[in-house]
Amino acid sequence: MITQLLRVLSLADYNTRVVMFGTVTLGIAGGVAGVFLLLRRRALLVDAVSHASLPGVAAAFLLAVTLGGSGRSLPVLMLGALVSGLLGMGCVIIISRFTRLSQDAALGIVLSVFFGFGAALLGIIQKMRGAQAAGLDGFIFGKTASMIRSEALLIGIAALVVIVLTAVLFKELRLFTFDPDFAAGDGWPVQRLDLLLMTLVVAVTILGLQAVGIILIIAILIVPPAAARFWTDNLLVMVLLSALIGALGAYFGTGISAIAPRLPAGAVIVTVLGAAFLFSLLFGSSRGVVRAALWSRAVNRNTLRQNLLRALFEYEESGVRHGMQEQLQYLQSVRGWTVRELRRAIRMLARSGMIYHVSGQPWRFSETGSGAAMRVTRNHRLWEVYLLEHADVAPSQVDQGADFIEHVLGETLVAELEAALPRFGKALPTSVHSLSNADHGGGG
Amino acid sequence: MRLQTLSLPEERFKPATDQKPALHVRDLTVAYDRKPVLWDVDLDVPPSLVAGIVGPNGAGKSTLIKAVLDLVPHASGVVEIFGKPYRRQRRLVGYVPQRESVDWDYPITALELVAMGLYRKIGWCKPVTAPHRCRALEGLAEVGMAALAHRQISRLSGGQQQRIFLARALVQDAQIYFMDEPFAGVDAATEKAIIAILQRLREQGKTVFVVHHDLESVRHYFDYLIMLNMRVVAAGPVADVFTSENLRRTYGGRLTLLDRAVDAIGQGTH
Repeated sequence: MITQLLRVLSLADYNTRVVMFGTVTLGIAGGVAGVFLLLRRRALLVDAVSHASLPGVAAAFLLAVTLGGSGRSLPVLMLGALVSGLLGMGCVIIISRFTRLSQDAALGIVLSVFFGFGAALLGIIQKMRGAQAAGLDGFIFGKTASMIRSEALLIGIAALVVIVLTAVLFKELRLFTFDPDFAAGDGWPVQRLDLLLMTLVVAVTILGLQAVGIILIIAILIVPPAAARFWTDNLLVMVLLSALIGALGAYFGTGISAIAPRLPAGAVIVTVLGAAFLFSLLFGSSRGVVRAALWSRAVNRNTLRQNLLRALFEYEESGVRHGMQEQLQYLQSVRGWTVRELRRAIRMLARSGMIYHVSGQPWRFSETGSGAAMRVTRNHRLWEVYLLEHADVAPSQVDQGADFIEHVLGETLVAELEAALPRFGKALPTSVHSLSNADHGGGG
Repeated sequence: MRLQTLSLPEERFKPATDQKPALHVRDLTVAYDRKPVLWDVDLDVPPSLVAGIVGPNGAGKSTLIKAVLDLVPHASGVVEIFGKPYRRQRRLVGYVPQRESVDWDYPITALELVAMGLYRKIGWCKPVTAPHRCRALEGLAEVGMAALAHRQISRLSGGQQQRIFLARALVQDAQIYFMDEPFAGVDAATEKAIIAILQRLREQGKTVFVVHHDLESVRHYFDYLIMLNMRVVAAGPVADVFTSENLRRTYGGRLTLLDRAVDAIGQGTH
């Protein structure tokens, strides 16, 4: 099994090389064109095109047989698919423009009716004499094994065209997929750019029908860019990543389906892509779920830490001295903490060496802790005054996470704020211990 | 000597923009779904001023801008910019669409977005290069956003997003600007920035059209006012047309609104 898989993946056989070339270039073309399709929010329209192509495939087959041909000629079938796919897209546009139905309803109608009609035609074909119709089933879930050299080459050429056009028109594609109104006002032929994008996408769809299948072809256009988006905020990187994901998905998907001939190739490719998507969704460096969760956890911990530092600082500042129990009660009441939260915060600070206590005695700051607490309290008070004094511009500037408020607001403004503190009944924090250097380290 | 005389007509060609109305609209009618949105709109707006476009919801304010920019089909009508058909004057026009009209989750930075205003100058198929990025950065600086140049646009506040939209229009370096509700839902800092920009554009002799909602600020922001409710109720210098009579004709009998507007007029006459 493993040796078989390795043999396929290492492209030892000629047939494997042909099929791999075809599917991998299809994955690249789908990944690249799909980025702009996704950003233009036209994904479902393409799903309608692919589903609507089924009656075209069947009708082309019937027509070819009636005219005495074999009916198995791929170019003929693809032409039929293209015609009926475009007809379906036209129906969606006409229905949503000239009736009160919304586009999603129009999509649902066209997609299901065309596909249903196509399935009915397939049923008729299968009842016809001769086993020659069997191959048509492959169009629904995809079949790569039968791909021949000329088909793979055709897909390769299409992929090359997609890549070259995307590279040359990168700026234009970005402009009109982001803001078509501005682009049109700026004098760009938005409708023609839209047409170009849809042409590229429909070409990829029709060429990939046989390999990936009518139902699943949409996945090679949508899943790679959606996965890529989790890793980057840069459009060029997103295009490259999407192409890479599409290529890898096609490579491994084709490989696995080659050694398990019962598995439809399209289904395996889509499953592999789905795994890549799931991985990206969880671990993506830009907007992955795990990273976002870690980040928000870090923010929470930092807030808790700062709040305790400030509460303890203010406790010491007040000059009152109690035993440990009273101190803990004070801290709890000031912040409205639960016992658990307070314990967690104390553990956090104690572990980083900011506070310590001799058993039974109240918690005290260490030297680094005192410096950090003073800094946190000072920043907090200055931000408060800043929000009151400069309410017009304030909210966009406030950055509680900044270590030194001067880095955000500049020295002069901070000096002004310090001067304004007494007016608001606040003191500039001074050291509670005999502690001099705030930049002694600390957690910051 | 002959060469010099030959070059004269070209020079006369240039300042012609100042003599013609910045915007001339005649008989403009726009309909969505058989329902007219704009009806027989006629306008002649002189250059070098900041013009407000006000009117109730659904009065066709945005549609007027979009119709002028040829973004929606006209049922009828003529639009001229500085005396020539709009299609031939496109390069003189800058546009700030409504902020909600785009996907702010798009993978692009503030700087890249502003650079879009230079695409027309860069031309087909040529990439954005370092000098263009420099110019875009200047545009960002003009709206006080240079520090956030490399931030992804989804991580900007609403007001900051509005400001980079303005910066993009500024680098278009147009003669006549159309801004669709730039003041909608912005913070005070952004409002200040926008007002400063309107001032500067006026000083540079540019013409700016601003779709606006807040009647109380009309007198402070605009020289010229277009009061719209499907048809042009009144258009002219603010002092002439911003009257309670015109407001009633524009907004109908919406009393609370009128009360505030009358207050605004009162403030203006003090």
